[in-house]
Amino acid sequence: MESQVSTFTTKKGLAQMLKGGVIMDVVTAEHAKIAEEAGAVAVMALERVPADIRADGGVARMSDPELITEIMKRVSIPVMAKVRIGHFVEAQILESLEVDYIDESEVLTPADVAHHINKHVFKTPFVCGCRNLGEALRRIGEGAAMIRTKGEAGTGDVVEAVRHARTVFREIQQLCNMPEEELMTFAKNIEAPYELVKETRQLGKLPVVNFAAGGIATPADAALMMQLGVDGVFVGSGIFKSGNPAKRGAAIVKAVTHFDNPEILAEVSRNLGEAMVGRNVTDLADNERLAERGW
Amino acid sequence: MKKTRQPFDPGHFKVGVLALQGSFREHLAVLKRIGVEVVEIRLPEQIQDLDGIIIPGGESTTIGKLAVDFDLLNPLREFGGKKAIWGTCAGAIMLSKDAHRNQPLLGLMDITVDRNAFGRQIASFETELDIPALDIISSAPSSFPGIFIRAPLITAVEGEAEILANLPDGRIVAARQGHLLATAFHPELTDDDRVHRYFLHLIQEKRAS
Repeated sequence: MESQVSTFTTKKGLAQMLKGGVIMDVVTAEHAKIAEEAGAVAVMALERVPADIRADGGVARMSDPELITEIMKRVSIPVMAKVRIGHFVEAQILESLEVDYIDESEVLTPADVAHHINKHVFKTPFVCGCRNLGEALRRIGEGAAMIRTKGEAGTGDVVEAVRHARTVFREIQQLCNMPEEELMTFAKNIEAPYELVKETRQLGKLPVVNFAAGGIATPADAALMMQLGVDGVFVGSGIFKSGNPAKRGAAIVKAVTHFDNPEILAEVSRNLGEAMVGRNVTDLADNERLAERGW
Repeated sequence: MKKTRQPFDPGHFKVGVLALQGSFREHLAVLKRIGVEVVEIRLPEQIQDLDGIIIPGGESTTIGKLAVDFDLLNPLREFGGKKAIWGTCAGAIMLSKDAHRNQPLLGLMDITVDRNAFGRQIASFETELDIPALDIISSAPSSFPGIFIRAPLITAVEGEAEILANLPDGRIVAARQGHLLATAFHPELTDDDRVHRYFLHLIQEKRAS
């Protein structure tokens, strides 16, 4: 048999290799090195962390290829980068840079108010955000090889990450418990592809790896998401907006491995310095809620 | 699923999977399916009464760092001196004596590896592999589905170590050294359990010796 490069198995497979790990947002090659040394399984290369995107306002776009390339040169772990929802040309550019994963992200300003990128036509795998099972399965239907629950990025408030993870798991449980004849209506109601609804029911979980994101700022937050059942965590502003990024990063990595060991969680949570300041999600105006972006 | 011969009862084996990070659940699932008793290893005291240990795929820098932080390197080295260990991808890097990079390794096998040897994720691939050693456990020899994800290559096999599988162009992707096994690819991502059974065979051989 001929070798087949970049199949759905290898796209999905890289996410499987990241499980039980922490993916950290970094804005410089120096940050990337600190993240790698702290034990990150991958880094997300971007110009501004979500907390700064919130503070600065304006249109948030794909990062400068020069910055992404510098970060790729600096670390041996996989490098991810973000594109705007629906902006398939930004994705073509990131693919030409050979980034390891593309995040079609609600943290950037959407380029299309109705459509996401057709991710099947890319060799580079995609991760996409979701708030519920229907949104997750629509993204997988478009070709996403990894899912992350959205949470509310740049807040340091874990409440939305919990809401979204619980929603996905609750809906999967409902799906697994319902009689066969209800599947089509369930698929219609959650606006998800029927075949993927059937596959999810058969597997008892999403067909791809599912990380948590958006608002994780402490080792306890990370362990909370792991105990709820996600496969790993993205930490955005939580690390490099804190007092001691190297120490906090390493602590969150340990917390994800030992997520069900309270003694170790207590130990790694000691003396981490200032956590990111944070904003309560309940104080956000409707137009500040990034998780609402996505169709 | 491939039909395989049962030269021994898998229920007699207790295998630990290093569960610091990576594809450990996939390995645990295959082992459970063939009836092996399994243990997740995150701390040194969990390496007790085991017949063998699997180090899964993942990020070798992360796994290495956590193995150092939780004092697992020496217990794993001691275990590998006496009993069977199998490393897949990142696990194979951990078993090697040299990965051309400053990172914690077990150094148990006389092999040198080159990390991310095929390039970045975009070059990850699937191919059929010819692994003659698997004939011991399979009644119907056939190629094995090789899944390579940002995979390493084994660039040198020295001393007691021997080559188990090559790509068609000759590059080395699996090696064995007595009861130690290294694969650059991911049998845990397939539904073909022959390499897992082959590992049980190495455990059995070590027991009998």
